[in-house]
Amino acid sequence: MAGAVAALPRPAAPAAPAPAGDAAFYARREADGAMVLHAMVEGIHCGGCVAKIERALGQHPAVVSARVNLSTRRLALRWNGAAELAERLAAKVAGLGFKLVPYDPTRLAAADKAAEGKLLRALAVAGFAAANVMLMSLAIWAGRVEGMEPATRDMLHWFSALIALPALIYAARPFVHSAWSALKRRSLNMDVPIAVGVTLTAGMSLFETIHGADHAYFDSAVSLVFFLLLGRYLDLRARGQARSAAERLLTLNARAVTVVDVAGATHTVPAERVAPGSIVLVAPGERIGVDGAVVEGRSEVDTSLITGESVPAAVKPGDLVYAGAVNLGTALRVTARAAGENTLLAEIIRLMEAAEQKKSRYIALADRVSRLYAPVVHLMALVTFAGWWLLLGAPWQASLVNAIAVLIVTCPCALGLAVPAVQVIATGRLMRRGILLKTGTALERLAAADTVVFDKTGTLTLGKPVLAGANAIDPEALRLAAGMARNSAHPLARALAQAAAVAPVIEDTLEIPGCGLSLLRPEGEIRLGSRAWCGIAEDEGEGGMELWLVRPGKAPLRFAFADAPRPDAAAVIAALKRHGYGVALISGDRTPAVAAVADQLGIADWQARVTPADKTAFLAGLARRGKKVLMVGDGLNDAPALAAAHVSVSPSSAADISQTAADAVFQGERLGAVIELIDTARAARGLVRQNIGAAIVYNFVAVPVAVLGLLTPFLAAIAMSGSSLAVVGNALRLARRRASWT
Amino acid sequence: MDVIVYLIPIAILLGTIGLAAFFWSLKHGQFDDPDGAAQRILFDDDEEPSPPRK
Repeated sequence: MAGAVAALPRPAAPAAPAPAGDAAFYARREADGAMVLHAMVEGIHCGGCVAKIERALGQHPAVVSARVNLSTRRLALRWNGAAELAERLAAKVAGLGFKLVPYDPTRLAAADKAAEGKLLRALAVAGFAAANVMLMSLAIWAGRVEGMEPATRDMLHWFSALIALPALIYAARPFVHSAWSALKRRSLNMDVPIAVGVTLTAGMSLFETIHGADHAYFDSAVSLVFFLLLGRYLDLRARGQARSAAERLLTLNARAVTVVDVAGATHTVPAERVAPGSIVLVAPGERIGVDGAVVEGRSEVDTSLITGESVPAAVKPGDLVYAGAVNLGTALRVTARAAGENTLLAEIIRLMEAAEQKKSRYIALADRVSRLYAPVVHLMALVTFAGWWLLLGAPWQASLVNAIAVLIVTCPCALGLAVPAVQVIATGRLMRRGILLKTGTALERLAAADTVVFDKTGTLTLGKPVLAGANAIDPEALRLAAGMARNSAHPLARALAQAAAVAPVIEDTLEIPGCGLSLLRPEGEIRLGSRAWCGIAEDEGEGGMELWLVRPGKAPLRFAFADAPRPDAAAVIAALKRHGYGVALISGDRTPAVAAVADQLGIADWQARVTPADKTAFLAGLARRGKKVLMVGDGLNDAPALAAAHVSVSPSSAADISQTAADAVFQGERLGAVIELIDTARAARGLVRQNIGAAIVYNFVAVPVAVLGLLTPFLAAIAMSGSSLAVVGNALRLARRRASWT
Repeated sequence: MDVIVYLIPIAILLGTIGLAAFFWSLKHGQFDDPDGAAQRILFDDDEEPSPPRK
């Protein structure tokens, strides 16, 4: 039942039939005999929602526990009894207005979760060790001025070693592992200088401690590992957030399809398991789950997600229908086609894959810098060692200490810490505003965009028809038509019913599928419906989205509908233009409809009746002229373009495949999310550049000092901690940034 | 100053207890739902018993 509700983001039919079995299918029996169901819950905003769901489920006598995780928006439900009870419980949650989507927890990537836990433990150990060793170092530094006894100093060194060495062995493993696997592949990565630096520093310090020398560098080694782990952890978190956003979309899109078997019984099957040739039942208002040909039934389907066409298309037996279209009229029986057949979907997937291959070549700025970084650092440390030892004739210990100082002082804190910190803060900020970032490099690519290309239906517009010019219509006729329309779930009828404030339902209205509504009155039949059914000639009026009202003895009346733009669409377009962005509109819809929207929103560059292949060609043309395109689209026909664009965004009402192809997905009616995204991305890019710039300046100052052997452990610790805190502090400014530039 | 010979180990021991406490809380899911935990304090528990934990 929840599946049926989940399958209907728009034209929600009032009474959709329930393809059962979805929730029961995912329920698992645990060792202690209780049943467990894991589900994602859409629509949770606050603790109140959590309380509502938990209370409603807790009232059921069989429920052992119901716990909603507000951070991950997931529900863990345990009860005693049959698996089928899951359906009733799921319906309960659906009744509260939440979308419940069961999933199999074992299928979600658990490996990364384990890696995150491991990293967090390493971080805790390193933090503990860094704080304690630093305390002892403070005593030693103070003792140098105050005249500390050598015996006390040695003891403090030993205590430092006692804490630092085990902690390093535990906490530095991520770096050592990564460095080792890089070396085995005969390549260098950022972890190689880190692993070498930390190992040498620890070994050298132990050597010095044993020989009762003045200096030990345990504090440097431990705090280096701590700051790097912090950066690594934040990086994993940012990527984890992006991944779980993508996972959530994929899971939410798992839909159930009702299949009729030879005996005539119906079964609910996940869409990807429908065998070719099966007969699929599509209820009125339901989204069609598979590509196929209609075998029985006449209806109208809303294909706006597939082609961008805003007028519903009539289908009859023999016509092809595509997954993603919504059945508006009566129930249809559809034979599923084999996957990989020459369907529209297969073509779109092929175009998308070709485009994605091109895009995967993008390399994040931090990675580009770090490729250059490791060899340079190693070379510099080696030159320092050789210079001191061979040219200046220094003892090898002193030469090695200087070389280590170079390795430590060039620690990639700014790269390893500042970039992830900016990413995490930007991702969190966007998530609170209902925008999910799906790829790690999306922010960088968004910041580079200079042209924004929009799709029309469902992107610039809401994808919902609204009655045009309601004030000019005779109120009595409108009341009559709206009263009749209240009997139908057809989107145009619903729009008509909404347009009239007071219009009681007119009983005895008969709905004729694919035609319209009929009302028998003593004076004759009143018809409200399509042009052909009402007997209006093709050349009268403009066509497009319309309903006709024919009353005996009166002139036929036309109700025209328009797909209303999102409330803030015009403001967003104006703001983009003001900031020097090129704006274009490409749509698969008819020319007059596209022209009207383009005119209304002030977009000069527009194209109508564009095929998916043409859309990618259009983007390729822009790319050849050196433009970096941000594509905003929602339809199946936009998916290849979304994949081909430099960066792409789609609304959460978009077709599954488009959400998968897009780099970011935004929820809600406001198009302003696009501005929010661009603004945050640009702010994040600014901060990343500042941080990398600061790191370069810092290295220009610190490296010569280290090469000359002037860097004492005290200076190294101050420089490293100071620079790390500075870049994180700089990144935090993003969180407090005020509203964007609309 | 000889007192630091045993004061330092005591300090480290206290720190280690804190670290162990952190590991314990991590292992027992105290950080699984930071957003939810902040809101749960506002629930009216008297209407129904809070859901039993595993």
